[in-house]
Amino acid sequence: MFSRDRWQEIFDTIRKNKLRTFLSGFTVALGIFIFIILFGFGNGLKNTFEEFFLDDANNTISLFAGKTSKPYQGFKSNRRIEFDNSDLSDIKESFPFFLEYITPRISRSATVKYKNEFDNYSTRGVGPAHQFAEKTIIMQGRYINEDDIKNKTKYAVIGRLVARDLFAEENALGQFIEIGNSIFKVIGVFQDDGGDREERYIYIPYTTRQLLEKSNDKVDQIVLAFKPQLGHSGSLVFERKLREFLKKKKSIAPSDPNGIFFRNRTDQLKQNQQFADVLQLIVTFVGLGTLIAGIIGISNIMVFVVKERTKELGIRKALGATPKSVIQMILQESIFITTISGYIGLFTGVFVLKSIGVSLQDYFIKDPYIDNWTALFATVILILFGGIAGYIPAKRAARIKPIVALRDE
Amino acid sequence: MIQIKNLHKSYKMGNSSLHVLKGIDFEVEQGELVAIMGSSGSGKSTLLNILGMLDDLDEGSYTLDDVLIKDLDETKAAKYRNKFLGFVFQSFNLINYKTALENVSLPLYYQGVARKERQEEALKYLSMVGLAEWSTHLPSELSGGQKQRVAIARAMASKPKVLLADEPTGALDTTTSYEVMDLIQKINEEGNTILVVTHEEDIAKMCKRIVKLKDGVIVEDKKVKQVKAADYV
Repeated sequence: MFSRDRWQEIFDTIRKNKLRTFLSGFTVALGIFIFIILFGFGNGLKNTFEEFFLDDANNTISLFAGKTSKPYQGFKSNRRIEFDNSDLSDIKESFPFFLEYITPRISRSATVKYKNEFDNYSTRGVGPAHQFAEKTIIMQGRYINEDDIKNKTKYAVIGRLVARDLFAEENALGQFIEIGNSIFKVIGVFQDDGGDREERYIYIPYTTRQLLEKSNDKVDQIVLAFKPQLGHSGSLVFERKLREFLKKKKSIAPSDPNGIFFRNRTDQLKQNQQFADVLQLIVTFVGLGTLIAGIIGISNIMVFVVKERTKELGIRKALGATPKSVIQMILQESIFITTISGYIGLFTGVFVLKSIGVSLQDYFIKDPYIDNWTALFATVILILFGGIAGYIPAKRAARIKPIVALRDE
Repeated sequence: MIQIKNLHKSYKMGNSSLHVLKGIDFEVEQGELVAIMGSSGSGKSTLLNILGMLDDLDEGSYTLDDVLIKDLDETKAAKYRNKFLGFVFQSFNLINYKTALENVSLPLYYQGVARKERQEEALKYLSMVGLAEWSTHLPSELSGGQKQRVAIARAMASKPKVLLADEPTGALDTTTSYEVMDLIQKINEEGNTILVVTHEEDIAKMCKRIVKLKDGVIVEDKKVKQVKAADYV
């Protein structure tokens, strides 16, 4: 394999058969190149999909309170259930294994004023974790934090569109706005991928909201997130346990379908995941197809190359080439060519993918990429099959009698 | 040098088989120049191919330089060919992408001779056939006669015991044919054993012995007075 003489013989052959070398090299490079581009585009499609559908965190469960429909433990039916702050801390204490974070949400509509501008907006009294549940992106300033909750500060985080409507060109940060009849300081401006409606919210500490409402401790909605590693089935277990726990605490009949309502985002998560999986399957399928097409291409060219050289091989054999040396020569040459051109295709493909970036975003392809292992694996596979495809006809050519090979015109 | 006893060879042609050589007994001494003649289908090329280990025999025995040639696998045959035999073909069979020098040095490559030595040796044989200044040319840049001389140089480069020429002048005009025969005679005069297959009477007469084949058997085997090709050139 490392004999200098044999390499020299091979380089000679390559140098003097440029067209043949180019053809087989080109086939390999093209095969790898197309594989990488298609696979990368598939991944780009997946990126776009994830951006579209995975706007909010999807490991969340929302809890709403309603009216009971069954009498239980001396309570009449049609009783209104309410959440309060103790529910938050109780859930936190009881389900550390399942819970990632928890936040209340108290929604109120209010007229909001700044100087002469005013409009109606939805305000949400929330905890710091709400930022993760909604995947809120802070553009300026900061989000509500634990200190705000503790001190019941009159701070507000406003949506990008609220800032635009009320402040126009002015910088909203640090200004004071009137929400309902109270003055709040703007401490942050956010954006949200969920669309215009989501960017018209105003977030304030939930404790401040409670303070404004006669210092009660009521909460109308609880949003909590389970640990993502629990998956869909784990979240269902969590949901069931949580339902039992709260029904017991609030004295609701275990068989009562009303009283507390759950909205588990994992159903959606599961669907999205399934769609992503199908997309992945298509990407893999396309990739595999290209790879097979590449292998067939190389096999064809190798068969052709050996066929074309039949006479030459006959001459070599008449001059004393052993079958082994003939096979070795063809194999070494083909592996050399496929390796070099395989890597040329690999690097060109990766380079093209990198340079595409977001320029094809309008066609739903964003940041196409291929991970190094897949790319390398594909290249090695192609080289391997290039070798096998060269070996089979080479072996046959080495076995035919020189007299037959010499007759080949 | 060569002993052949009761040689038989047949080819399968679908269901029927074609009996080409029907018991050949034949000996060649060191230094002979033998013409094997016969019309097409007489079996002369088959005989040469068996002698050249390019084809195997069905029955009989073949001894070359006191080595019994039998049960050859391809690897062994390749080694024997490289060690014992030089080939000259009607269609020259030069490798078309290699220069004259590289073609001549190819058998030495398979003998495992080092590159430098190989080239010196090859050049020596090219000058012997008078083509030293054509050494860097490709076969496509040479005339038919020149190609055949390169092929002869190549056949001689491995210092074979026997030179086998299958219709060496078949693709050449008369003048060029005589030039090639002149070269073959000179090589023979240096003591080399040469077998020439031909169907041309004048070429055969330039050898020292003529063996005539007809329908797979030897019908005539006689020593002749050699005509010097140099007289016609």
